[in-house]
Amino acid sequence: MEDSMQESQQGLPPSLRGSNRAEPRVVRSGRRSANDGGGNGTQPERLASSVADSLKNIDEKRLAQALGWFRVALGVAEVMAPRQLGKAIGFDRHPGFMRAVGLREIASGIGIITQPQQPERLWSRVAGDAVDLALLGVAINSGRSHRGRLVAATAAVAGVAALDIYCNRQLSRHGASGSDSGSQQPLRERVTVTASPEECYRLWRNVESFPRFMRYVESVQETGGGQSHWRVKAPGGTTVEWDSKITADETNRMLAWESLPGAAIDNRGCVRFEPAPGGRGTIVSVEMSYAPPAGRTGTIAAKLTGEEPQQRVHDDLRRFKQLIETGEIPTTEGQPAGRRGAVLSLLWKRRVE
Amino acid sequence: MKATCWYGACDVRVETVPDPKILNPRDAIVKISSTAICGSDLHLYNGHIPSMAAGDILGHEFMGQIVEVGSAVKNLKVGDRVVVPFPIACGNCYFCKEELYSLCENSNPNAWMAEKLWGHSPCGIFGYSHLTGGYAGGQAEYARVPFADVGPLKIENALTDEQVLFLSDILPTGWMAAENCNIKAGDTVAVWGCGPVGQFAIKSAFLLGAERVIAIDRFPERLRMARDQGGAEVMNYEQVNVLDALKDMTGGRGPDACIDAVAMEAHSHGVMGAYDKVKQLTRLESDRPAALRQAIMACRNGGIVSIPGVYGGFVDKFPLGSLMNRSLTIKTGQTHVHRYMRPLLERIERGEIDPGFVITHRMRLDDAPQGYAMLRNKEHDCIKVVLKP
Repeated sequence: MEDSMQESQQGLPPSLRGSNRAEPRVVRSGRRSANDGGGNGTQPERLASSVADSLKNIDEKRLAQALGWFRVALGVAEVMAPRQLGKAIGFDRHPGFMRAVGLREIASGIGIITQPQQPERLWSRVAGDAVDLALLGVAINSGRSHRGRLVAATAAVAGVAALDIYCNRQLSRHGASGSDSGSQQPLRERVTVTASPEECYRLWRNVESFPRFMRYVESVQETGGGQSHWRVKAPGGTTVEWDSKITADETNRMLAWESLPGAAIDNRGCVRFEPAPGGRGTIVSVEMSYAPPAGRTGTIAAKLTGEEPQQRVHDDLRRFKQLIETGEIPTTEGQPAGRRGAVLSLLWKRRVE
Repeated sequence: MKATCWYGACDVRVETVPDPKILNPRDAIVKISSTAICGSDLHLYNGHIPSMAAGDILGHEFMGQIVEVGSAVKNLKVGDRVVVPFPIACGNCYFCKEELYSLCENSNPNAWMAEKLWGHSPCGIFGYSHLTGGYAGGQAEYARVPFADVGPLKIENALTDEQVLFLSDILPTGWMAAENCNIKAGDTVAVWGCGPVGQFAIKSAFLLGAERVIAIDRFPERLRMARDQGGAEVMNYEQVNVLDALKDMTGGRGPDACIDAVAMEAHSHGVMGAYDKVKQLTRLESDRPAALRQAIMACRNGGIVSIPGVYGGFVDKFPLGSLMNRSLTIKTGQTHVHRYMRPLLERIERGEIDPGFVITHRMRLDDAPQGYAMLRNKEHDCIKVVLKP
């Protein structure tokens, strides 16, 4: 038994192996190369790609930092000397306006320097660049400013914008944050249960009992050989089905599973049962990764409809705890209430009991 | 059945709704004989507790007769007369075993919601917003009581409803507020707010050995009750400077312990009063902590500030520096009612406390809306309303 378990664990990613307690890692599949997509991108993206070729050796994070400091310096200049700077770019009629733009520059720059890992910060810069370009366009067409200098300034801003876009794309690709579609989403939840590891393991080993505490699981049927067939509620009132197999089974300690090829939601994971310190029961930890049906878009959609997987697992673990500790799952479904408004009853049905 | 339903700020209605049913094996259904409006219901009534929904049934202080029990309830039978504690507790989890019943890990079906606002979830509570479970409350003819094998206290003697009803909440709440003060012989305890919880905190502080209790409010009838029924020295904060007066009365040192029985909608004067009002109205702070600020500033060095008053979210201008530099201790929490019901029932039986003295108004359940308005506006010297279904 032990031997076969060890063997079957070989197939798991390192973070999901029984003995390994490392943080789960993002398993990336289908990552695109740094330069693809450049050919059919938008105008600024094409410009960015050509600039990119000459910047191959620059580390994107350092580039982001440099762009951040540039933005702060520019902002300080705009705030301290709006007229002089205005003259330089051929737009010196509104020093107050220039100061306001300067303050935005400083805020944006500081954001990038302090949190370079967040693409949102960089995208805020790109948005800022777009605003600048629009304003410069208005100034050029107004005919009351120095057109030649304005055109030069516009070219400079466009260049910076191209750098921003390039830098941001690189950071996103290299996994500073966010993820590409098709990636495996990892999640990890744990709960402390006032019960022995044996009791917790026993309930979890009985896969057909899952619908009792897994809210969205309609049924699980054992199909033999450690395999089971799952029927799960999906957003929009549909159901999805797949087959899954137990890939590791250490009595009273851990269980690991993996969906079989062809699953609607490709998933794998493990659950561990460890004694809590001081005899305070059992810490039940679930680690799993899954490929959402529609990639990142699907994940966002799930979040918007309140059916985010992380929260599902969190709530299911609580229900597991409730079932073991109290023998039932507390609910208010079916209790009386006064008349509720039509909109409210719809919203309430979804997540509130 | 008839039930008091919430429909918005200052809008409660007695509606006809379906009767409650047994939903889980450990449930029981109680036919309510007496129920009360709590000062903390006014926070819901005034619209300051988030996550209320139109149609929610209010009420967390109730008692009555068991009319039905679930298959797993073995200690109660139909016909038993019970008082129901306001926190819902499973009796099985770590916190229940530690007798911290209001921290039950299992009784809040909307724990995810509380986790988002408060970090972790406390127990479920009857009729007290969806943050604490969205359970239908007890200002009704019937109520479903989850974990009925753990919560309800059987009353097997001839005590009247009015003598035991407040074991459901305010008597244990006043008691725990005083117990949290860790009272030693010679101690002076100051109590902000002379509503029912304040009144019971005064009584309890004396029973736990306080030398003096100083009660602070602005309504003459409440101060009179604190003085005549509770034996407290009283202070009207509209007439004196509370901090100076407390120093004067305590040899310059301040009270050994301070109890905030006012909670999140404290009334106050001057710039800070206006500041809190504006911030709360514009939702920039959820709670107005005027009494709490004063309790902290007044407390002697190394003293205890006990907070039975309900707070919902975030406060502003919190005197943390005073708290830290002067080694104060804060003790608070929703009351672990289950822990106190039996010992307090024994005190009632022995005649040490007769909690009925706080009741100023008795009304029919149908009149709940008037009861709410009266308690909110402190009309007719209203201190406590008991409703009879």
